[in-house]
Amino acid sequence: MHWTFTGGGPHPVGMVTLGERPATRVRHTPRPSSVQLKIVMAVSGALALLYLVAHMIGNLKIFLGADAINTYAAWLRTVGEPALPAETLLWIVRAVLTVAIVAHIVSAVILTRRAHRARPIKYAHRPPVKGSYAARTMRWGGVIIVLFVIYHLLDLTTGTLNPNGVSGDVHANVVADFAPHRWYVTLFYAIAVVAVGFHVRHGLWSGLQTLGRSSAAAQNTLKGVALVVAVALTVGFLSVPFAVLTGLVR
Amino acid sequence: MRLNLRIWRQAGPEDKGRLVAYRVDDADEDMSFLELLDVLNEKLVLDGDEPVAFDHDCREGICGACSMVINGQPHGPQKATTTCQLHLRHFRDGESITIEPFRAAAFPVVKDLVVDRGALDRIVASGGYISAPTGAAPEAHATPVPKANADRAFTAAACIGCGACVAACPNGSASLFVGAKITHLGELPQGQPERSDRVVRMVETHDAEGFGGCTNTGECTVACPKEIPLDVISQLNRDYLHATTGGRRTA
Repeated sequence: MHWTFTGGGPHPVGMVTLGERPATRVRHTPRPSSVQLKIVMAVSGALALLYLVAHMIGNLKIFLGADAINTYAAWLRTVGEPALPAETLLWIVRAVLTVAIVAHIVSAVILTRRAHRARPIKYAHRPPVKGSYAARTMRWGGVIIVLFVIYHLLDLTTGTLNPNGVSGDVHANVVADFAPHRWYVTLFYAIAVVAVGFHVRHGLWSGLQTLGRSSAAAQNTLKGVALVVAVALTVGFLSVPFAVLTGLVR
Repeated sequence: MRLNLRIWRQAGPEDKGRLVAYRVDDADEDMSFLELLDVLNEKLVLDGDEPVAFDHDCREGICGACSMVINGQPHGPQKATTTCQLHLRHFRDGESITIEPFRAAAFPVVKDLVVDRGALDRIVASGGYISAPTGAAPEAHATPVPKANADRAFTAAACIGCGACVAACPNGSASLFVGAKITHLGELPQGQPERSDRVVRMVETHDAEGFGGCTNTGECTVACPKEIPLDVISQLNRDYLHATTGGRRTA
């Protein structure tokens, strides 16, 4: 470190210029840095969350009747026409979402591996003290969600695993899907939605903290917001199979 | 009072280590936890056994030397208390207590409960300081600091660098420690010239030392004997984002 003293003269306050500090890298620095990975987690998670909110609101159209949701599904494929060819916006959304999810998973895997390496020897006795259930289940919860998303795409997007499986007839597909005798499908759906709820409950708050939007004063408010969003998403998504099971939607 | 202890014994860095059971019959509820270990060690020495090695220095809760995990909690069950200030009255007569060293790859065990926390020093050396010209001390009132900033800097500066945050973190991250230094220096005028450089270098060193990433579980701030708040990590993230996206970073 060297100093350039530019002060003095009649004024008692001097000014110094900080010299260039030589880089002193001793050992291998992991790239990307842990904070960069967290930023990727936060931004990709935010994109996925925006999609989830839109998806949940779209699902509620089933309560307005078969026409409403089928028309909405068709609109998703034609929106942007005639300026854009059919399904262009749909595929843009799908591409962005895929990139976000892949980035989210890759970052999570790198961070998890680093976390395991950071504590090679576990405590013989360590009860969880503070960390919420949501915080502790982020990793396995994420795995459940990925498995469900794969099934969900094969079920209600491609129709491959759907008992009805008619493209464009969303209403009939959903009603057939959640029929009472297919209780295991509904159960898997419910478990995945609850996992999403927990994931969002910790993830939304954690993302805001990562993007530097948390302060001592705002922390409880942000946690409250995350909880409200998580509960709203969970209830919204669960309302559809619940309505089919109880015969509200048939 | 009588206490059943299970203490991690490890002869050296290469030793595998194991938990060994001891019984202390003549403990007193007014003893500090370190005094309990002193009593045990006196007995071990008289019996010709190797005493339990543990770190300690000031024994008044300000130096950050004592480091052990008591029943799964760094510095034990008492909130905002270092091990040296923890008294046996917080334990029941006949209770079983497991004592382990701080567990982290970046904190290799030297012996028994003593770990090498030099990694934290290297993080500080990489940026946790301000550069100041030597000579006559400047007039203290020459640089105004708003009360709110001074308070926040002081809260963060209370960090004694004990490493309990790392010991408590499920990811073995030292983010609370780094965040405390970033906030402490970043809230003050003297910290500004090196602010961007500091956060980038400290995070680099943090990662290179083998600490994990933060997942905002909040375990660290509960374990912290100085109650450093979690929002210092948010500050760390914000400063890092600012420093790496601005394009005006000094290096």
